[in-house]
Amino acid sequence: MRLRIGGDRLLHVYTWILIGWLILPIAVMILFGFNDPQGRYNQTWQGFTLRWYGEVFALEALTDALVVSLLVAVATALIAGALGTGIGYALGRWRFRGAGALNLLMFAAIASPELVMGSSLLSMFVSLGAPLGPVSITIAHVMFSVSFVAVVVRARVVTLDRSLEEAAADLGASGWTTFWKVIFPIILPAILSGVMLAFALSIDDFVITNFTAGTTQTFPLWIWGSTRVGLPPQVNVMGTMIFAGGVLLAVLSNIRSRPRRKAA
Amino acid sequence: MDRVKRTLTPYLLVLPGGLWLLLFFAVPMVTMLSLSLQEGDIVNGFVFTGHWQNYVDAISAYQTQLIRSLVYGAITSVVLIVLAFPVAYWIAFYGGRRKATYLFLILLPFFVSFVLRTISWRMLLTDDGVLLHPLKEAGLLPGDFQILGTATAVIAGLVYSFLPFMVLPIYVALERIDPRVVEAARDLYASPLTSFRKIIFPLALPGVFAGVLMTFVPATSDYVNSELLGSSETTMIGQVIQSQFLSNSDYPSASALSFTLMTVLLIGVFAYARALGTEDVMKVAAR
Repeated sequence: MRLRIGGDRLLHVYTWILIGWLILPIAVMILFGFNDPQGRYNQTWQGFTLRWYGEVFALEALTDALVVSLLVAVATALIAGALGTGIGYALGRWRFRGAGALNLLMFAAIASPELVMGSSLLSMFVSLGAPLGPVSITIAHVMFSVSFVAVVVRARVVTLDRSLEEAAADLGASGWTTFWKVIFPIILPAILSGVMLAFALSIDDFVITNFTAGTTQTFPLWIWGSTRVGLPPQVNVMGTMIFAGGVLLAVLSNIRSRPRRKAA
Repeated sequence: MDRVKRTLTPYLLVLPGGLWLLLFFAVPMVTMLSLSLQEGDIVNGFVFTGHWQNYVDAISAYQTQLIRSLVYGAITSVVLIVLAFPVAYWIAFYGGRRKATYLFLILLPFFVSFVLRTISWRMLLTDDGVLLHPLKEAGLLPGDFQILGTATAVIAGLVYSFLPFMVLPIYVALERIDPRVVEAARDLYASPLTSFRKIIFPLALPGVFAGVLMTFVPATSDYVNSELLGSSETTMIGQVIQSQFLSNSDYPSASALSFTLMTVLLIGVFAYARALGTEDVMKVAAR
């Protein structure tokens, strides 16, 4: 569609400038993973080195924090994936009493400021005298990511062709068989997207984790704690690896799903 | 029997996730409300006394930070609309087969930890950093010029952090516009500017609304940007709440502040929805 407002070339240039602005700090992060700083501050460029890639796990506390982040993210992805799929499938497939209230609850959980969710969870944990650590972090992460999984799965379920289920029933399949043999394979890509989204939200989360971690360190919390004394280049290397892994995964899953889209 | 099983199925599926949300989202809000009305200290414990004075004290002590946060949040959202609309417009109408690629590029920052991105900005903006040093050398900026620690730095950081949340909903709204509607406008001799003003912009408004919802709330309550890029002159309410909770363990007054922030944001969002006045808008937001 050509709108002939003119200046579309100008808008094109503008779009790329904005993308450049978005990428600038990422480029800085990657670049300073290759820096060879002389002092404690990794702030000015002082020469190229691959040293930090070899010594990426040399700082024990930082590595431990990264491991905690990964474990919490895996647990969150699995639990939120399962619970969110249940909600998403039920909301997409049936109309039932209470569905509206559930939708409202999910909307509130998505729209509420992280600061408020984190501080209210801390209030509850403190009131109960519950210990803070990896378990309380995981509880919090499942809480804020389950709605996202549910929304993604529901979006796929509402587009399902009901005649598929009828055909399976006509051929004598039970409800259980129909779900696992017909429905589940169709909605699996949506479930996987939801699981990946939950993983990404969890590993990056700072605010809610900050409130529910106690003395436990996660990757973002460790970075936050060391900003004043200066970040070691290992943080840049780990950040670069997470970035590269995430981008690779996103690109691969996009390529894999492309031919199917064409066939449909 | 089979019928009973069928009507029970959705409830069984929803139960674990729904309970999780109730126990760890809804119940904590009630606990926090109760905590905000208690008196005491961390050593001797807190007792519920219906102490509304907590709110009065907390708000009068930190109204500057509260108002500042709302102002920063509002400026951030307005700047975001101006910056994001042209990009969303270009991708939706001129992106062609590369639309997905452009959107992916817009989303790239999400693959880097929020805290790490903001620290990168701090590095870029330091007084003798990569950006300011050359400009000062060239005499384009005075030697004592600085950005870090100013409101500009904090708002720029907030704008950077939430830009994708504004581009995406506007893009989705623009993408849904039926090309025939715009063609019809042209057939009826509407100038390009008129068709933009009367057709495209109004149809994009639900996207703008969703974008404001998705950026104003997190920007107002953010404390990462103001902590890393700001100074004591730019302290936001999030920093106050965070330090009251985590450093001072003054739970009642921190809870009162947190609750006040949420109430103010909720009122703001509803007033904004009322002002725009269409039911469509709420529907899009609820989606």
